[in-house]
Amino acid sequence: MRKCALSVMPDLLRAVAEATPLYLPVDTDKGDALFTRWFEGADWSGACNTARGPKDLFFPQTEDLVAFKTAGKTVEVLDIRREQEDFVVFGVRPCDVKAIEVLDRVFLSEPVDSFYAARRNHALIVTAACSRPTETCFCGTFGIDPTALCGDVTVWKTEDHVYWQAATEQGERFLAALDGFLEDADDTAVTAQRAQTAALLSRLPLHSLRADAFGGGKTEAFFDHPAWDTLSQSCLGCGTCTFVCPTCQCYDIKDFDTGHGVVRYRCWDSCMYSDFTKMAHGNPRLTQKERFRQRFMHKLVYYPENNDGLFSCVGCGRCLAKCPISMNIATVMNTLGGDAR
Amino acid sequence: MQSVTRQDLLDTALEKLADGTVSHVLGWSRGTFDYEATPTLFSDPDTLRTAFVWNDFCGANLSKYLIKHTRRLEGRLLVFLKPCDTYSFNQLLTEHRFERERVFVVGVPCNGMADPRKLKAQADGILSVTAEGDTLSVETLYDGTRTLAVADLLEERCLTCKSRRHAAYDLLLGEEGEVQDSARFDEVAAIEAMSPDERFAFWQKELSRCIRCNACRDVCPACTCEQCVFGNPSSGVENKAASNEFEEKLFHIIRALHVAGRCTDCGECSRVCPQGIPLHLLNRKFIKEINENYGVYQAGAEVGTRAPLVDFTLDDPEAETVVRRGDDA
Amino acid sequence: MSFQPDSLIPQVGVITDVRIDTPDIKTFRVVTPDGKKAFDHRPGQCAMLSVPGVGEAMFSITSSPTNTEYMEFSIKKCGCVTDWLHQAEVGQQITIRGPYGNPFPVDDVFAGRDLLFIAGGVGLAPLRSVINYCRHYRDRYGKIDIVYGSRSKADLLDYDEILTDWETDSGVNVHLTIDREEVGWSGHVGFVPSFVKELGFATDKTVVLCGPPVMIKFTLEELIAMGFDKTSVYTTLELRMKCGIGKCGRCNVGSKYVCKDGPVFRCDELDELPDEY
Repeated sequence: MRKCALSVMPDLLRAVAEATPLYLPVDTDKGDALFTRWFEGADWSGACNTARGPKDLFFPQTEDLVAFKTAGKTVEVLDIRREQEDFVVFGVRPCDVKAIEVLDRVFLSEPVDSFYAARRNHALIVTAACSRPTETCFCGTFGIDPTALCGDVTVWKTEDHVYWQAATEQGERFLAALDGFLEDADDTAVTAQRAQTAALLSRLPLHSLRADAFGGGKTEAFFDHPAWDTLSQSCLGCGTCTFVCPTCQCYDIKDFDTGHGVVRYRCWDSCMYSDFTKMAHGNPRLTQKERFRQRFMHKLVYYPENNDGLFSCVGCGRCLAKCPISMNIATVMNTLGGDAR
Repeated sequence: MQSVTRQDLLDTALEKLADGTVSHVLGWSRGTFDYEATPTLFSDPDTLRTAFVWNDFCGANLSKYLIKHTRRLEGRLLVFLKPCDTYSFNQLLTEHRFERERVFVVGVPCNGMADPRKLKAQADGILSVTAEGDTLSVETLYDGTRTLAVADLLEERCLTCKSRRHAAYDLLLGEEGEVQDSARFDEVAAIEAMSPDERFAFWQKELSRCIRCNACRDVCPACTCEQCVFGNPSSGVENKAASNEFEEKLFHIIRALHVAGRCTDCGECSRVCPQGIPLHLLNRKFIKEINENYGVYQAGAEVGTRAPLVDFTLDDPEAETVVRRGDDA
Repeated sequence: MSFQPDSLIPQVGVITDVRIDTPDIKTFRVVTPDGKKAFDHRPGQCAMLSVPGVGEAMFSITSSPTNTEYMEFSIKKCGCVTDWLHQAEVGQQITIRGPYGNPFPVDDVFAGRDLLFIAGGVGLAPLRSVINYCRHYRDRYGKIDIVYGSRSKADLLDYDEILTDWETDSGVNVHLTIDREEVGWSGHVGFVPSFVKELGFATDKTVVLCGPPVMIKFTLEELIAMGFDKTSVYTTLELRMKCGIGKCGRCNVGSKYVCKDGPVFRCDELDELPDEY
C-alpha cells in the first residue's frame, strides 16, 4: 500500500490530468457533484456520491452511431467512429464500479458494442472507498463492500492522507507513474477506517434490506403480485429513476436530419415511458403498472436470470434520492420481498 | 409546523369514508424516509390509519392525480388540497379534466413545506425526522440529533407563497388564510435585468443540466394532453434526447409556451427536477408578462375564467405594444 | 483508421425488384450495391432495414437461405418506414443489417417429420423462407401441408408462387381459404382456425404457426383440442425493436429478448413468459 498527504492531491491530480484526460467528482453550484473533466482548480468532491454515476463516460446520454449521405436514390454509409484516447476516472464509488460490471455484461457480450467497448478499453478506474455512507445507501443488500479494493486502483481517504492500492496490472502501472507523489505505507489506518465504516453501514436505515427473495427464475413468483397495483399507483411515468441509475442501459436509436445529411444516434431511453414498447399495431405494456413492473422485474429477476445471479441494482440510492414521488426499488423489495408467492 | 394535525385530516377522511360521502381518499403516505411523502390513494380505513401522513414534507400537489383516478374508479374521491394546490384543481376543472361532483375537496391550511434538499444539505446521514413545534428534530449518523427550524428549510416556492387562501374546497379544516403579497416576481425581474448575453448564458447553463427525464412535464397539472407531442414517436420531435443545444432548450421553451396562461405557478416542476433547474422561472416570466400587458390574472383563482391569451377584450393592448415592451426588456 | 464492424452500423442495400403482392403488401428484392446477397441467414431470421432519415425497422427475411443471389422482404404498409418503402422504386438504396434472431430448427427438430404450416395474412412472410427451404431439401422432410388464409383472394401473399410452385410439388398439399365469398373464388371460405379443424390433421406433425395474434390464439386452441402438443407447435413473435442484438431493452419479455432469443418460440416456451407480447 502507498500513501500521500491529502494536501498534495491537487498537484497529484494535475499531474495525472496532464498525462491523460482525467474525470473526477467536482461539486456544482447546485449542491451536488458530477463527474467533470479536470480543470485547474477542480477540487475532488467530498460528496457521498455524484448525482449521476460514471455511466455517462462509457455510455453517454446521446451518441452518434453512423451517418448517411443521401442523394437521389443513393445512400452512403459513413463510419464516423473516432479513435478513443486513454482516460482516467478518479473517485468512482464501489457501487458504481459494480454498476460498470453490470453494463459490461450487456455491452461487451457478443455481439460486442464497439462504441462502449472502445471507451471501456481506454479507461482506468480509480475507486474511492466509502467512509461516509448516507441514508440512501444500500449496496450491502447486493453484497458490495464499499470499503474493499476494486476497480484498477482504490484510494482510501482519511483525515489527512490518501492511501493507494492497485488491483490490476494497469493499476500498478498507474501508481508507478505517480511514484514521486507516493510513499510506502502500512494498512493500519485503512484497516481502522474500514472497521469504522462497517459500523456506520450497520446503522443505515436500509441495512436490513435483503435481496434473497429475488433472482433468476422468480418471474412467476412476482409478475402477477397484487402489490404492483398500489406500488405503481402514483408513478408519474417520468424517466428520473432510469436516467440517474448507473445500470439502466436501455436505449433508443433515432435519425436526425442535420440539414447536411442524416446522423443516426442513440440516446438513453426509459422503460417507464409510455412509448417505449409502442408499435404500429399496439402496445404490449398499456399502463404505467406494466412499465413500472418491467423496470423492477428487470433489475431483480430478468437480469440475474441472464447473468449468473448478478442483480442489476447496486444500491447506490440515487433513485431513492431523486424520485419525485419517493417510490423506489427499496420499497418495491420490502413490499414484495417478504411475500413471494 | 402545520396548523392542523394529522389527526384532524385522518378523522375527516375516516368520517367521510364511513358515512359514504366518498369511496376513496387521496392523501400522502410516508416515503422511504421521514422527510418524504408519497401520493397515495386509500380506500380502506385501516390502511389510512396506519399509513396516512400529514407533515412538513407533504409538498406534492395531488390535484393532477384526480384525472387518472376519477376515470379509473367509481364513486367520489376525497382529496386533501393545500391552498396552492386548489388553484391547479380549479384550472383542471376549467379545462374539463374531470367532473367537480366526483371530488370532495378538503382544504388544508399550509404554513409552507420543507424542502428535503435543504434538509439534506444541513444534515448528513438522516436516520429519522420528528416534528417538534416549529422545529424538526433530526437524528443523524454523523452529528447526533440536530434541531433545525422548519422556517430555514422551506421550499423556495413557499418563501414566495402566492396564497394561503383556498381557491376551492368542500370542507375547510382550520382557519382560512389570505392571498399573499409575495415577492415572487422579484426573481424574474432579476433575470430581466440581465443583459441578453447574460440571460442567455444563465439559461444555457441551467438547461444544459437537463437530462430529459420529463418529470417536470409528468408532474405538471397544466400538462394534461392525452398524448404529449414529446412522447409521440411519430411527431418528429425528440422526447428523450437533446439532439443539439437548440433542442435542449426547445423542450422547456415549448412547454412554457404551452402552459402560459394556464400555469398556476404551483412550482411542482422545480420541486421534482432531479437536476435542480429553476423551471418555474420560465412559467413565472409568462405570468408576469400577462399581468403587465393584460392586467393581473391568476390562473385557477376561479373556475371557468378565460385566460388573457385565449380571450379578447377591447382593453387589450395592441400587438405592437406588447412587442415593443418585449423589445424594451 | 479502421474499426471492427459494429452490428449497429448497416451496409447499403439496393432494391432491385418491387413486386405488388396485395393491396397493402409489397415484396422487395434487396442486394448489395455490387449485386451480391448482403449476408447469409437461416430460415426464420430477420434483418433490420432502414431508410436514413426515416427510421429503421425489423423484418423477417422471406426468401429462403437456399437463394444465394438475393434476399426478399414482404412488407405490409403500416408505419413510417413501411410507408416510405412502399413509395420506393427499383434502384433505390436503403440500408440493411443482420441476420438477427434464432431460426426455425429446420435441420434437427424438423428433419424427417411431417410438417404443417399454418399462416394468416402477412403471417405467411416469415413462413415462406422456411417453406421454400424445406421444399428445396424435399427429401429431408415427410409430408408438407400448408394452410393459408387471408381476407380475400387479392390479399393472398405469394399467390402466383403458391399456384405455380407449391401446389405442383409432390408431397406438398396447399389448403387456401379466404374470409368471405367472392366472385372468381371456388376454394374454401372461412377463417383459418375452423378450416384447420375441418381439415383434421394427424397430430404427429410439427406445426409452424404465424399470423395476427387473434388468429394464432384461436388456431392454437383448435390444435390443442385436436390433440396436438404445444411442444410441437412453433410460432414467431413481433415486438418493437431498435438494436436487434439484445441490448437496447425494447423487445424484452421476461428474461428473453425477442430479437435475440426469438423471434421463433415453441408454444410451450411462450407459456413460460409473462403475458407481455
